[in-house]
Amino acid sequence: MATAAAASHHNPGKKGSSDSGIVPPVLKVYDPPKELEREPLVLNNRSLGWITDSIAGICENPMPKWWWPVFVMSAGGMMLMFSLVAYLISTGVGVWGLNQPADWAWDITNFVFWIGIGHAGTLISAVLFLLRQKWRTSINRAAEAMTLFAVACAGIFPVVHTGRVWFALYPGFLFPVPNANAIWPQFRSPLLWDVFAVSTYGTVSLLFWYVGLIPDLATLRDRAKTLIRKFAYGLFALGWTNSNRHWSNYEKAYLIFAGLSTPLVLSVHSIVSFDFAVSQVPGWHTTIFPPYFVAGAIFSGFGMVLTLLIPMRSLFGLEDIITKRHIELMCKVILATGSIVGYAYGMEFFIAWYGGSPYELYAFKNRAFGPYAWAYWSMITCNVISPHLFWSRKLRTWPLFVWFVSIVVNIGMWFERFVIIVTSLHRDYLPSSWGYFTPSWVDVFTFVGSFGLFMTLFLLFIRFLPAIAISEVKAVTPQADPHHPLGGAKGHH
Amino acid sequence: MSNSSSRPHGLLAEFETPAAVMDAAILCRDAGFSKWDVYTPFPIHGMDEAMGLRKSPVGWFTFAGGCTGFFTGMTMIWFMNKFDYPLVVGGKPLFTPLFAFPVSYEMTILLGAFGTLFGMLFLNRLPRLHNPLLRVERFKRASNDRFFICIEAADSKYASEATRQFLAETCHATAVEYVEE
Repeated sequence: MATAAAASHHNPGKKGSSDSGIVPPVLKVYDPPKELEREPLVLNNRSLGWITDSIAGICENPMPKWWWPVFVMSAGGMMLMFSLVAYLISTGVGVWGLNQPADWAWDITNFVFWIGIGHAGTLISAVLFLLRQKWRTSINRAAEAMTLFAVACAGIFPVVHTGRVWFALYPGFLFPVPNANAIWPQFRSPLLWDVFAVSTYGTVSLLFWYVGLIPDLATLRDRAKTLIRKFAYGLFALGWTNSNRHWSNYEKAYLIFAGLSTPLVLSVHSIVSFDFAVSQVPGWHTTIFPPYFVAGAIFSGFGMVLTLLIPMRSLFGLEDIITKRHIELMCKVILATGSIVGYAYGMEFFIAWYGGSPYELYAFKNRAFGPYAWAYWSMITCNVISPHLFWSRKLRTWPLFVWFVSIVVNIGMWFERFVIIVTSLHRDYLPSSWGYFTPSWVDVFTFVGSFGLFMTLFLLFIRFLPAIAISEVKAVTPQADPHHPLGGAKGHH
Repeated sequence: MSNSSSRPHGLLAEFETPAAVMDAAILCRDAGFSKWDVYTPFPIHGMDEAMGLRKSPVGWFTFAGGCTGFFTGMTMIWFMNKFDYPLVVGGKPLFTPLFAFPVSYEMTILLGAFGTLFGMLFLNRLPRLHNPLLRVERFKRASNDRFFICIEAADSKYASEATRQFLAETCHATAVEYVEE
């Protein structure tokens, strides 16, 4: 049936081959109107070999000149962060600016910021796969890598914010092992749910990413010239031969991974939001948090995907694979999730008033007009106003502009977490214990350094692994379709 | 070509397009071969039907993993917070499946994912350190832009000359090659 439909699509008006005698014997097939035709996912009718060469070529040829200075800078940032973490651990959390009443500040802001960024990768790899959005194939590999690196950055902050890290790691609350008094971690706390959510998320994202990589590692193995590359790629390709009996199990596993990751990604930021929502602090104790956090996470994550991929596609000449259509579609996701975030901001205020709790109402008035009003209005400008620029198709398809807005989105989302955490904590029930949080230089440079870690990992990923899923991109081209003339189909079957 | 000193692995036929390899796969299936496989740089939609493969059973491994995860999570929390060291916190019950749910849910997904990965690898008999096909120069393009069918010598219907003719003439392979073990 699919064959007949595909054949008639490509041969409009052709007579049906079987004359079953049903009236009318010949159906008239019209060409779809021009404006309904979709732009192809890979431009310029690129051949399968070209796709392999241009993607595998990136990690086979020497890196372009810009790579080294950027790498050195990123690695410098990473070293800076690790030095400051060492300083923190050896001295104590007092080197940060946080103190009563704001016991959580940049540390947890950074944690939520980074973990949120990861969500776009999983959304692209899992949710868009289940929704049969074929355009995801051009961006899912890099986005999933971004997820892993963002989770790595995120994981550092909650661990080091405990100060005496050894208590958190060994006999402590991050692993279900009893402490020195034989007391187990207590599972009524959302903080422990968070530990399980984030570590599961990191692990499952890594497995999903690796499953996707296996066929491409086999491609790199088959193309490898040096012994080291043959060995390394061969080892991780696990002896993959592209056998269809294998593909059959592989595709099923991939579908299941997508099915597992979808509820996972929705649960992770929901559980992160429970860290706040389950508490009694005005400004945190809200039921809107789980969906609002998830939407915000996807919003910021797509911002980061665009921040990374727009330069990557032009620096490596991948415009035929990551096309303007891809950028445009991602902008639409930003527009949609940005609107949800904007709605949530408004609804929070409405409920603060409608709920009738004076503490809650004060927390929100204080947010918008109190000492942190500058942070609140930065957040509103970046998150509520900027995504609505993408109603214009012209702006959505202007890569440089999109890149700029994608950075603004991420600044806004960092401010969102800062606003939620710090403005709620710095003034709660007792005016006698109000305060004002100011970051120390260690706070600032640890956060800046985490971008170094993120970029270092991403640059190494581009250097050694295929940044685009080679086999998946091939599978969505017309020459991969056995019922398409480019795939070798002869007229009608 | 096939010399008696080394055992033959099978015959490898090359095709240029997905449609060609799909048509050939249908012919191989109908010819009644059992130990044969199609090699393509990406999964081709409809190839499982063309080869007559059954639905992949990976899902059962996921199910086993997921159930293990869920019950491990619930049991772990019950053991730690209610059985081994009961400690009242905030007047809350020592155990209910409600607060144990988020962690058990994550454990379900975690072990379900491991079940899926290892189940897939087990069904595919991977990792495999040696495969005679990977020594064939032409076969390197199976991960690039060519499509292959390999009929193994272990197949009961395999007869070197007749099978070669079948692949070259009936299936219209662009090249057919003996592969040694």
